[in-house]
Amino acid sequence: MDAIAVQDLRKRYGDVQALDGVSFAVREGEVFGLLGPNGAGKSTTVRTLVTLTTPDSGSASVAGHDVLRERLAVRRALGYVPQDSGVDQLGTGRENLLLQGHVEGMSGRDLRARVDELLELVGLAAAADRVVRGYSGGMRRRLDIALGLVHRPRVLFLDEPTTGLDPEARVAMWAEVSRLAQAESLTILLTTHYLEEADQLADRLAIVSQGKVVVEGTPAELKAGLKGDAVTVELENGAVDEAQRVLASVGATPDQVLEGRTIVSRVENGGRALPGIISALESAGIAVASVSLSRPSLDDVYLHFTGRDFTSEDRAA
Amino acid sequence: MKTLSDTWFMVVRQARNLRREPIWLVLLLGQPMVWLLLYGQLFKNVTKLGGFGTASYITFLAPAIVVMNAFFGATWSGMSMIYDLDHKIVERFLATPASRFAIVLSQIVRSALTAAIQAVIILLVSLALGVRVHTGAAGWVVIILAAILVNSSFAGVSQAIALLTRREATMIAVANFIGLPLLFLSTTMIARPQMPGWMQEVAKFNPVDWGVRAAREVVLPGTSWGHVGMYLLLLFLLSALTAAWATYTFRAYQRSL
Repeated sequence: MDAIAVQDLRKRYGDVQALDGVSFAVREGEVFGLLGPNGAGKSTTVRTLVTLTTPDSGSASVAGHDVLRERLAVRRALGYVPQDSGVDQLGTGRENLLLQGHVEGMSGRDLRARVDELLELVGLAAAADRVVRGYSGGMRRRLDIALGLVHRPRVLFLDEPTTGLDPEARVAMWAEVSRLAQAESLTILLTTHYLEEADQLADRLAIVSQGKVVVEGTPAELKAGLKGDAVTVELENGAVDEAQRVLASVGATPDQVLEGRTIVSRVENGGRALPGIISALESAGIAVASVSLSRPSLDDVYLHFTGRDFTSEDRAA
Repeated sequence: MKTLSDTWFMVVRQARNLRREPIWLVLLLGQPMVWLLLYGQLFKNVTKLGGFGTASYITFLAPAIVVMNAFFGATWSGMSMIYDLDHKIVERFLATPASRFAIVLSQIVRSALTAAIQAVIILLVSLALGVRVHTGAAGWVVIILAAILVNSSFAGVSQAIALLTRREATMIAVANFIGLPLLFLSTTMIARPQMPGWMQEVAKFNPVDWGVRAAREVVLPGTSWGHVGMYLLLLFLLSALTAAWATYTFRAYQRSL
């Protein structure tokens, strides 16, 4: 059975169609990534699944419970680590965890033992009785995750778990999430706008763009689907059409054109094809600013399926 | 059951935060002390006008200041809801099985609890200033109850406004807009016979005045327990009504998510 099933969710805020028919399924026990730039609809999807937001249409279930009709059962089954933490900064780590446990319906020795266990698990045992205001960014994020786990949920939603963390803390958090997924035998849905993060953490992922899932699969499948390496040719001037013809003649199939002067092509074996490509462009009299070669990455996958460059789109959002 | 226990744990959280920054409790008491000590002295001869039921203006004033303080505290209580909304603390609760009603109710209970603690402190200071509660311990209970009920009546309103506007600036404007008019349209500072006729009529419908009258009734001789009971009952009903309104606006907030 799917731990999370999402069917054609739609949600409109004023003039913005935040969700435009999102569908995907997450199997039990897997770490599933929703990847996309800011504003793509990832958070709205998660907020719908955790019952915070009501969709205009479509349906979804979490742990077998309908998110519209069985809200209480859904809330009991899930743990939610929101993008903006929602921790009480004036309380200590332990107090926050105890309160979370109480409203989740836990009490007494069971709750206290669980809180101790989690503090240990996320490495906050020493800071447990300090007020959260004095925590570092990484410590807060680990507390957020512990808060989502207090009631031993079966499905955990992590909304942008590493946004705002420095690179070092980010890598530590990845290890943390992988470890927790194992230790608590969880199904995890995480959203991220870091390609690297999705690549590292997700067993499978869906790329979300403009309120829709554009492609779904394992990172390896998605990359393999691109067939070959990417050769990126940046032209001095805008002779794009001619350059594309030349590239095609030497077996480098043009895939995308960026900003009117950069051509991304696919070739079977980049290392072997590169000298031929350069000399063909040279003899055709096309001025080249730079040529680069890369193994297929999620960046390329994103570019291929959305026709947009991930990094620049994310920055613009 | 879940609503009660959730409310309890959420109140404990807020009370604990208040205890961690007790400076607030003191700062909030500054204003009533100014009224009691300076205003009470400045106008101490006003009782010569008659109709006050006592020659000691501070005895007349003290129970009213307790209620006034509870009222002013209530008008600001929505600020704490806005803080919790802004810091996504409310959203965190909403993704759990936590009772929705408890999220609103805990704010009102915390506000009323603060008013009760401040009431005790103001009464103790008044005692030191020579104010005697004519009906003794029962009178103290009534005054504290009046403070709690006036506070929760207006805390409900403040919560509703906080949930509707979700902006601190609007909260401040509303608090200032209703604060002084309701104070002046009551017998807080002046005996009823000394008020202009139309003001006496308007004051009858002013919940702040209901609280002031109940509290003053037990301080001065000639206590009418029937009146005390009636005012407290009216305030209790109003509290229930405004709490219901606040809960209703909370649903509107949820729909906006």
